[in-house]
Amino acid sequence: MKNYEVVIGLEAHVHLLTESKAFCGCSTKFGLEPNSSTCPVCLGLPGSLPVLNEKAFLYAIKTALALHCKIQNLIKFDRKNYYYPDLPKNYQISQYDMPLAYDGVIEIESQESKKKIRVKRVHLEEDAGKLMHEAEKGVSYVDFNRAGVALLEIVSEPDIHSPEDASAYLVNLKAILKYLKVSDCNMEEGSLRCDANISVRPEGAKALGVKAELKNMNSFKAVRDALSYEAKRQIDLLAAGEKIQQETRLWNEARGLTIAMRSKEDTQDYRYFPEPDLVPFTVDKNKIDQIMRSLPELPQAKKKRFISDYSVSEYDARVLTREADVSDFFEATIKTYNNPKEIANWLLGDIASLLNARKVSIAKTKLKPGHLAEMLEMIHSEEISGKIAKEVLPEVFENGLSPKEIVRQKGLKQIKDSGELTSIIELVIKENEKSTNDYKAGKKNALMFLVGQVMKKTKGKANPKILNNILKNMLGGK
Amino acid sequence: MHSKKSIPNTAKSCLDRISAINEKLNAIIYIDTDKVLKNAQEKPSGIPITIKDNICVKDEPTTCASRILENFKPPYDATVIKKLKDAGFILMGKANMDEFAFGSSCETSCYGPTRNPWDTTRIPGGSSGGSACAVAGGEVPMALGSDTGGSIRQPAALSGIVGMKPTYGRVSRYGLIAFASSLDQIGPLAGNVRDAAMLLNVISGYDELDSTSADVACPDFTQSLENNVRKIKIGVPKEYFPEKGLDGEVKKAILESKDILQGLGAELIDISLPHTEYAVSCYYIIAPAEASSNLARFDGDQYGLRKDAKNMIDMHLKTRTAGFGDEAKRRILLGTYSLSSGYYEAYYLKAMKVRTKIKNDFLEAFKTCDVILTPTTPAPAFKIGEKINDPLGMYLSDIFTIPANLAGIPGISIPCGFTKGGLPIGLQLLGKPFDEETLFRVAYAFEQNTEFHKRKPNI
Repeated sequence: MKNYEVVIGLEAHVHLLTESKAFCGCSTKFGLEPNSSTCPVCLGLPGSLPVLNEKAFLYAIKTALALHCKIQNLIKFDRKNYYYPDLPKNYQISQYDMPLAYDGVIEIESQESKKKIRVKRVHLEEDAGKLMHEAEKGVSYVDFNRAGVALLEIVSEPDIHSPEDASAYLVNLKAILKYLKVSDCNMEEGSLRCDANISVRPEGAKALGVKAELKNMNSFKAVRDALSYEAKRQIDLLAAGEKIQQETRLWNEARGLTIAMRSKEDTQDYRYFPEPDLVPFTVDKNKIDQIMRSLPELPQAKKKRFISDYSVSEYDARVLTREADVSDFFEATIKTYNNPKEIANWLLGDIASLLNARKVSIAKTKLKPGHLAEMLEMIHSEEISGKIAKEVLPEVFENGLSPKEIVRQKGLKQIKDSGELTSIIELVIKENEKSTNDYKAGKKNALMFLVGQVMKKTKGKANPKILNNILKNMLGGK
Repeated sequence: MHSKKSIPNTAKSCLDRISAINEKLNAIIYIDTDKVLKNAQEKPSGIPITIKDNICVKDEPTTCASRILENFKPPYDATVIKKLKDAGFILMGKANMDEFAFGSSCETSCYGPTRNPWDTTRIPGGSSGGSACAVAGGEVPMALGSDTGGSIRQPAALSGIVGMKPTYGRVSRYGLIAFASSLDQIGPLAGNVRDAAMLLNVISGYDELDSTSADVACPDFTQSLENNVRKIKIGVPKEYFPEKGLDGEVKKAILESKDILQGLGAELIDISLPHTEYAVSCYYIIAPAEASSNLARFDGDQYGLRKDAKNMIDMHLKTRTAGFGDEAKRRILLGTYSLSSGYYEAYYLKAMKVRTKIKNDFLEAFKTCDVILTPTTPAPAFKIGEKINDPLGMYLSDIFTIPANLAGIPGISIPCGFTKGGLPIGLQLLGKPFDEETLFRVAYAFEQNTEFHKRKPNI
């Protein structure tokens, strides 16, 4: 059987985190009462006119620069004309032949090698409203709160060759956008959406195959799954000697397959033309330089620095730098507790699981870098064991008390007092005659059991070193 | 600031006049008499003004004289309306117009045609025909109109009053229901030059709600009203005096006006605007293209007319079929066609290039002259119904006014004569971008030395 190469291009739509919409002053807050955040402009009422939100434009430029794009000399907007009830003017203000930025690149790590995925274009446009259908009643409702929200479209070249790389591209794109604080990239709330163009071709072939456009993928996993499914579907068709139709297909998450939505023949003519309500303008080169200089350290650079400055592993560095919140937390903790490896272990282990379970970002919890440093210091000075620390951590998350305070309140401090430990050990020896005898008879494993019993009685608070010493002395072993 | 003579009407006397003659003229299509009287009581010295029906007035019907916007009441005031209200003007309802400003005769209104007060069998010009007629007929001392291809200047000329299209960007378009966004401009219509200048003072200025409004200083235009045109260079473009297509009486009146200005000390210069002949075709690509997009929102979803149907697409189709008149449909089709893929380059893009050439013609000409003098229209007012089935003939009535919109420059039309049959003739003066002052100055000097503006229709 022939081998096939998969060719993927991604089109990401990102909500910019501006307080107001792209062309009017309405709030962009998510989850408001339907149609409460609207005005004549975003409702497209007759006579209203758009005015570009400067912040949205600056965010777009910031993103474009972070993606190593070139910035267009003249910024112009166009109208994309089509009828849809979620589009109040029946045209969308977008950018057509002159996207505000082009020719960028996003680096991804792929099976230990690095790849550069070219970014074809970045352009600014407005989002549409949201339709809600009540099938039983046969009615539909439209909520225009989202209409006019600033949307950045980031289109890659067809440089991606596996669903995994597509996912890696999105992960890195999201990391960059979040570092820039220009988008929260929340796929569930629709602030990051992604469509994909995918085709396959016999390995070594120059010409691109016939592509399908995939829509309705609402998570990174969905992107991976949909692309895997679609790649296989297309390869199977070609292998069976059949032709692929150029069409738009929808990912059906529940059924795990893609379904044809419309064919190329139904492609709309959007009748693009320059938006006469917005005057084209040039961007001051100094302004661009200024934005360039103000860019924060981006994930790739930070990762490299973490490896060299803190000697963490490549993997740890990558995960630590994926979110600015986490890398900031990491570095803030190091300032008071200088053991990067230990901090990384906690951040990527217990803390990561707590964050995942609660679906929050670390910056939004009550856990502060000082807390983690304090807790690690307590482990280090043997005030508590690592095991107790695992119990303390969720408490800090919940109520924001310092680890010291929690240990004090709950009496979790290690028992280091020999007298207190001795009396507990005496009791355990008395209750476990068999194990005692086993140990004396040379079965070293029995010691572990006895230690466990002491831990059980002390609720894990016994200092393991002191406990071991006393126990061995009392048992008279060597 | 203004003499009593220039503002002869109080709101009350306007109401009396409206009730006496509006039925005959059909200039004003909506007025809330109680509201006017109440406003007049609160602002006894407020100047009455009527508003073209494509300018949004909060909570009052604003329909563009189209069935598709029947019952539409905007929840907001256009910027110009806000300025008028703040300045103490008394709004005297809405003035008739060609549907969505598509027309030169005020006949395509869903409220029926407006009649010319000088001869009620004739059109008053359009599309701001209601505004021009209301002023000419003495219903109001002044009015707001909008000018996309001559829609202020042409009816002003045919109705014997003063009408100005300011420089594109001089007056905010926020709240003007768009016909062709890159060409539309709101402007004053009035019985004399001083009133027009005073009204432009009130409505002009940068507006942060309109990105196309210009952030330039606005002078007090009444300051430029001096009876002195000495040393002013007036360009006379040969392309505006064609052998064919210019009415003899109109031509005679314009040439006489030229002589009057020369007699007052102005310097006349022969100039050429070589791309003039392409202006109408260029305009009829660009304006309908923008209109087809601007009018897409009228689909029955949110406001205005909605025709019931089984599904959404049928509802949109039925609503638009019933809501738009023939001319609106014609222009939507024209515009949709010229923007379609495969035609865009040949039509729209080409027209945009021609537009640049036309603009450059003017900028070149203004290197040698201060204002340009032309007829406003090729002929006096025609008969109602005469051109309604001749769209090309109708389009040509804007042949002399369209270039200024394509170039974005200001233009004014002032009364400069009458035909033997007693129909008014308009003189057009075109100016440099943002130089309305010189236009007002020349127009004022002409007016001070002639009697045409004093003649009133016998109605």
